Amino acid sequence: MRYIPNSPEERAEMLREIGCPTIEHLFRPIPEKFRLKEPLRLPPARSEVEVMAFFRELAARNAAATEYAVFLGAGAYHHFIPSVVEALISRAEFSTVYTPYQPEIAQGTLQALFEYQTLICQITGMEVANASLYDGSTAVAEAVLMAERVTRRREILVARSVHPHYREVIATYTRALDVPLRLLDYDPETGSVDLNAVAPSTETAALVVQSPNFFGVIEDIAALAERAHDVGALLIVAITEPISLGLLRPPGELGADIVVGEGQSFGIPLSFGGPYLGIFATRERFVRQMPGRIIGQAFDRHGRRGFVMTLATREQYIRREKATSNICTSQELCAIMAAIYLSTMGPRGLRELAEQNAQKAAYLAREIARQSGFQLRFSGSHFNEFVVQSEQPVALVLERLCERKILGGLPLEPYYPELRGCFLVCVTEMIPRSTMETYVRVLSEL
Amino acid sequence: MMETPCHISRDEALIFERSRPGRTAYSLPPLDVPTVPLETWIEARWLRPEPVAGLPEVSEVDVIRHFTRLSRWNYAVDVGMYPLGSCTMKYNPKLNERVARLDGFALHHPLTPEELSQGSLEVLKTLEELLCEITGMAAGCLQPAAGAHGELTGLLLIRACLEARGDPRRKVLIPDSAHGTNPASAAICGYRVQTIPSNARGLIDVEALRRAADHELAALMLTNPNTLGLFEEEIEEITRIVHEAGGLVYMDGANMNALVGIARPGDMGVDVIHLNIHKTFSTPHGGGGPGAGPVLVTAELEPFLPVPRIVRRADGQLVLEYDRPHSIGRVRAFYGNFGVLVRGLSYILTMGPEGLREVAETAVLNANYLAHQLKDTYEIAYPGPVMHEVVFSDKRQRAHGVRNVDIAKRLIDYGFHPPTMSFPLIVPGALMVEPTETEGREELDLFIAAMKAIDRECRENPELVRTAPHRTRVGRLDEVAAARHLVLRWRPEDQSARSQTSVEGGAGEPVASPES
Repeated sequence: MRYIPNSPEERAEMLREIGCPTIEHLFRPIPEKFRLKEPLRLPPARSEVEVMAFFRELAARNAAATEYAVFLGAGAYHHFIPSVVEALISRAEFSTVYTPYQPEIAQGTLQALFEYQTLICQITGMEVANASLYDGSTAVAEAVLMAERVTRRREILVARSVHPHYREVIATYTRALDVPLRLLDYDPETGSVDLNAVAPSTETAALVVQSPNFFGVIEDIAALAERAHDVGALLIVAITEPISLGLLRPPGELGADIVVGEGQSFGIPLSFGGPYLGIFATRERFVRQMPGRIIGQAFDRHGRRGFVMTLATREQYIRREKATSNICTSQELCAIMAAIYLSTMGPRGLRELAEQNAQKAAYLAREIARQSGFQLRFSGSHFNEFVVQSEQPVALVLERLCERKILGGLPLEPYYPELRGCFLVCVTEMIPRSTMETYVRVLSEL
Repeated sequence: MMETPCHISRDEALIFERSRPGRTAYSLPPLDVPTVPLETWIEARWLRPEPVAGLPEVSEVDVIRHFTRLSRWNYAVDVGMYPLGSCTMKYNPKLNERVARLDGFALHHPLTPEELSQGSLEVLKTLEELLCEITGMAAGCLQPAAGAHGELTGLLLIRACLEARGDPRRKVLIPDSAHGTNPASAAICGYRVQTIPSNARGLIDVEALRRAADHELAALMLTNPNTLGLFEEEIEEITRIVHEAGGLVYMDGANMNALVGIARPGDMGVDVIHLNIHKTFSTPHGGGGPGAGPVLVTAELEPFLPVPRIVRRADGQLVLEYDRPHSIGRVRAFYGNFGVLVRGLSYILTMGPEGLREVAETAVLNANYLAHQLKDTYEIAYPGPVMHEVVFSDKRQRAHGVRNVDIAKRLIDYGFHPPTMSFPLIVPGALMVEPTETEGREELDLFIAAMKAIDRECRENPELVRTAPHRTRVGRLDEVAAARHLVLRWRPEDQSARSQTSVEGGAGEPVASPES
């Protein structure tokens, strides 16, 4: 086997040296009855050629963004990834290393993560960030648990316009702890949280909203923060499309207490849903309640600057059942990808990219709304996603688009029964105008 | 030496400190649609007046040099032996990287209609089936993003199952040698944790387990082989006690590298197990993720698995099934860390049944070889035939004022990544060594020689060991001070912190990264 250096002869020699008669004998602590007498029923070993051919065939069965124009967003976005990202994270010195428990020989990872934390603070307008959680959905669940620790309250108010998967994950994480969850409806006109329905109480630990929300509509974070803070609750803002922060005022400036989100847009491939990047940022005063790894600056005895994992006393390997979270392995390589991506884009690149996304989405939204039988469902402000209401059955519309190799959007009825005839459309810089024209032509022919 | 100007590659600044106004590293195509004033699309009050302040302005060359230089300060599996106990730092095959990067996978949106996602769904379904065969379980869920996430999922499944039996319980038993994630996961699931002591041989004290196994027992969380590298020989009795008390057995599969192809947890009475794809199944750990922590269960627990389940219809099509009334719900958006899972499948298909068995055989042989060669030099707290890892202690070296941390740091000077330190907690001064099957004999012999040389140094020149490492870019960093004066991000005014380093001439010292 090519991944095992020792030859059979070397293994036999080593066995002799340790005075062990057979390999079998090494496994004597395992009761005889549990030792497999037959090989596992797995496919026989394949060569590199065969494995590659097997996966090429499977990969070809997917409608990937190479062949199809992807107008799907909803928490995963098809953005361009600069070549440098792939080149750098393919370096074994970044990818084939463990959690940096030995800082003297892990300064590369540690400094890159410190830079990542800084970049996340800059774009969210928050004071501190951790070195990543699994993804946006688990980050928002962790934020809810943190809000309960900070406020010592129980109730959580979650906007219905938060990504349905995220809401499901919050429900899964909190059910065992009997956390009372209340849903906040959206304004059927604007698509943003219905501020009249927001009635937090002195039992409320946190208000959870997403902006731009699942419908692509930008929320009034400042007003929501005020509602939350009036009763001593925290405002948790989730972001699934962080490219929006190149253009929008950051939640940190608008009063958010915890900003969580999905960092996939920052240079991480779609990859059928993962691995992605859980962003987590908060206020300095809450840092000891923050989950996950945190990297801090340190010095050696010669005064040389370096970086270490810090505040370990929050963490499971020190505190065990009293830890702020059970998280151990998270998504550090994805965080480094985001750091490389944001360094590459810089302030002007991120701004220009965000503007392109907004302009392209605005263009397609205008063009679609011009077609008879189609209109924009919500009147609020949007970034690069919007909801289309169709008089034709959604399945038919999407099927016609699919025939032209266009994945035209996400039907919303399975998530929101009241949004029958509605689908969510996303436009990124990857969609050329000609494809949008085809899209509109298909609608016009229905 | 001090007069020689030090090249920047030895003391790379933060990317922010490299920023120069006007530099660019990005390129975008021209906007090809007619534009409108943005305020007609987004209310003016939500727009940033200026681009994000503080983001670095650098060229593409700057980006490449910066991160390449940083990378050279890391010690990696591709450089040499990385014997972190319980972390299974084995070689990460390059074929798997190529597979995961195929456009059909990397550019596949997770909400693509099922009929246009058959390739990715086939990857997931096949992997689930093969992992069931490897562990001897009935069904599985691939959503958990890491081992601890798998633990959380597994305990929620146990909780749901016991509630369905009409017998919810409050207590989880965890051996004192367990990973810290075990009690932390139990706490998130609302369970009370009771610790089970180890006996003199380092195995679960079965009598203590019997006493603790009462009507409140929900689950035992068991790592097998345990973190001492010892197989729980009384596994049959252990699972019987838990089951008779009405509880379920959770197995932390972090150490599955010792068992794969040799024995199956499902045959031993385990009800739920998580695997670490980034350990046993060879995917790169990335400096702390991404990983994947699939959970496999018995038939009784299957109805409770997270949604969606991937189901094969009669016509062979794979579909996502959401209508599962007993499900604990989602534990993650979409379907898990697909890119990691596809690498894991590539590994299993490459190895085949015999190859996987050879993995466990070689890993266990390598650990026993190290134990044998070093047992006269370093104390082994719990001797006994070890499986895939061996835990030494600093007991003998402590007499010379040297602790495990010093030995670990000195190993860096010899060109190795240190073992896991001070864990498990039941061994004072622990050095937990897991060589894995991907180390050849000459690398093992070099490690043995280094460990023996360090032992000699402990007797002859303990100060040399206590002040190690000597050959790295930075020395031991003051973690206590770092936690007291928290600096968790760069700010423009922190430029002064950097000057501290150059004033003291740190950058001019003869420092070398271990790989140079």
